[in-house]
Amino acid sequence: MHRRGVGAGAIAKKKLAEVCYIMSKQIETFKSHLEEFASKHKQEIRKNSQFRVQFQEMCATIGVDPLASGKGFWSEMLGVGDFYYELGVQIIEVCLALKHRNGGLITLDELHQRVLKGRGKYAQDVSQDDLVRAIKKLKAMGNGFGMIPVGGSYLVQSVPAELNMDHTVVLQLAEKKGYVTVSEIKEHLKWERERSCHVLDHLLKEGLAWLDSQAAGEPQYWLPALFSEISSRDVTPDEANQMTP
Amino acid sequence: IYQLKNNAKLDVGVVLLTTHRLIWRDHKNHECCIALSLSQIIYFEEQAAGIGKSAKIVIHLYPVTANKEPGPYQQSKFPYIKLSFKEHGQIEFFRRLTEEMTQKRWETPVPQTISTATGSQTGKTRAVGIVGIERKIEQKRKETEQNISEAFEDLSQLMVKAKEMVELSRSIANKIKDKHGDITEDETIRFKSYLLSMGIANPVTRETHGSGTNYHMQLAKQLGDMLLAPLEERGGMMALTEVYCLVNRARGMELLSPEDLVNACKMFESMQLPLRLRVFDSGVMVVQLQSHSEEEMIASALDNVTDKGSLTSEEFAKLLGLSVLLSKERLLLAEKMGHLCRDDSVEGLRFYPNLF
Repeated sequence: MHRRGVGAGAIAKKKLAEVCYIMSKQIETFKSHLEEFASKHKQEIRKNSQFRVQFQEMCATIGVDPLASGKGFWSEMLGVGDFYYELGVQIIEVCLALKHRNGGLITLDELHQRVLKGRGKYAQDVSQDDLVRAIKKLKAMGNGFGMIPVGGSYLVQSVPAELNMDHTVVLQLAEKKGYVTVSEIKEHLKWERERSCHVLDHLLKEGLAWLDSQAAGEPQYWLPALFSEISSRDVTPDEANQMTP
Repeated sequence: IYQLKNNAKLDVGVVLLTTHRLIWRDHKNHECCIALSLSQIIYFEEQAAGIGKSAKIVIHLYPVTANKEPGPYQQSKFPYIKLSFKEHGQIEFFRRLTEEMTQKRWETPVPQTISTATGSQTGKTRAVGIVGIERKIEQKRKETEQNISEAFEDLSQLMVKAKEMVELSRSIANKIKDKHGDITEDETIRFKSYLLSMGIANPVTRETHGSGTNYHMQLAKQLGDMLLAPLEERGGMMALTEVYCLVNRARGMELLSPEDLVNACKMFESMQLPLRLRVFDSGVMVVQLQSHSEEEMIASALDNVTDKGSLTSEEFAKLLGLSVLLSKERLLLAEKMGHLCRDDSVEGLRFYPNLF
């Protein structure tokens, strides 16, 4: 009687065809277990982000990727797939919409806020963990989706710009104020001027940094990705005209 | 009546249903009588009779509130009771109970006064005011807590079974290796679709799970139809992320995973569809119309750049109505082939015809 499935030792002795048959039977059994689980707890997954985390971690531990395919059991019966794949679409759209401004780099916080806004107030809740998992899946499609650890959280990169350790470290330095200067880099990172300029130039070229050459003292390199909602806001062309000296 | 798992039961008796309460009266001792307000019932369900088991109705109750009348069970760990119908009457009772629970006649206000829940009023057991709201929130919280711990338990059990499936698939993979690839096409396809269903990486080839299954072939065909017009509109090329959004927005549900999309696109060539998946040096992945050949793209890039003297990706993008990302890739391609050269400064990346 199969109570817990067939043991590995027994399998080794069997023929391939037989084992395949066993597998097909086990698949059916598993499917019905999953169906039962879904009928009881599908709502939990939808509503409870903590539960989702637990679920994902357990799957990872046993070597299963519930988000690999929309055709997988997990996706079909628990609806986890649609949740994350749709989130993927929303993430891509937000990043695309802001790329002209931040060059393809955005804080996880800002991404989170904007995705939530886009989903509307009646949509189910989305946690930062959910975003991170959706982004990991997006990597499969090329296009440079990546996450850079900065200031206790992450910057989400959505363009294939080459960012090595030097660039990352400068981004981390700029995180506190939203901008950085050559002197600051030299002081905190002990780099020479040339190396500092090289890195900053690259960030400028990739559209990730803007140069404020009119700043008091020395030029400041600002990172739009790090502008917070509090210290910046979008300005209409009229307002801009009134502001320029 | 059973208390779940406790098996302490009140044995033989008669259950009576009123518009407000459920009453149980001992068969022998008519003095022994207990009652339950219908408002305490969250929901109820039938349990069919089986061999050695009588038909039952399971009644799920709200947690005890502070104003509960004294009774045989002041508190209980178990929020269900079961009524066991040893002889008959279950069907009729269930129907009547459903009726009463739907109509909820105990909630209809009694004409005299609005009263808060008091001990002896059987009619108005619905609490009002802030206290009532707080109680409801607490009820909900306890309910949720219980649901969640049950869910976690069930989840752990499910994972144990899933792990068995993973191990089984590894055993099969080992067998396939031992056979040195002597396995039928049919078995291979079936094995791959199991892996896909379970979300297990193919242990034999380590390739992305499920590539080459029937599912992906079907998808490839669908994409072949669906993408022709959008591709034409966009100069014959679309970034894969753009395709992902387009396709999933159109579907609305049963969405594709990123990997599904990639695996389906990989099959374009073998299925002789007029599309190709292409990966640029930068890592950008695109779907392009096969009809838009490489030479054409490079020639068009060169023509445009020569025409304008020089172009940046943004300018080129505007000219052709392409995304900046893709126009950059085309310029890079033309450069790679030696037709363009670059001027890379902080002001931007600009391409010129290569006169060298």
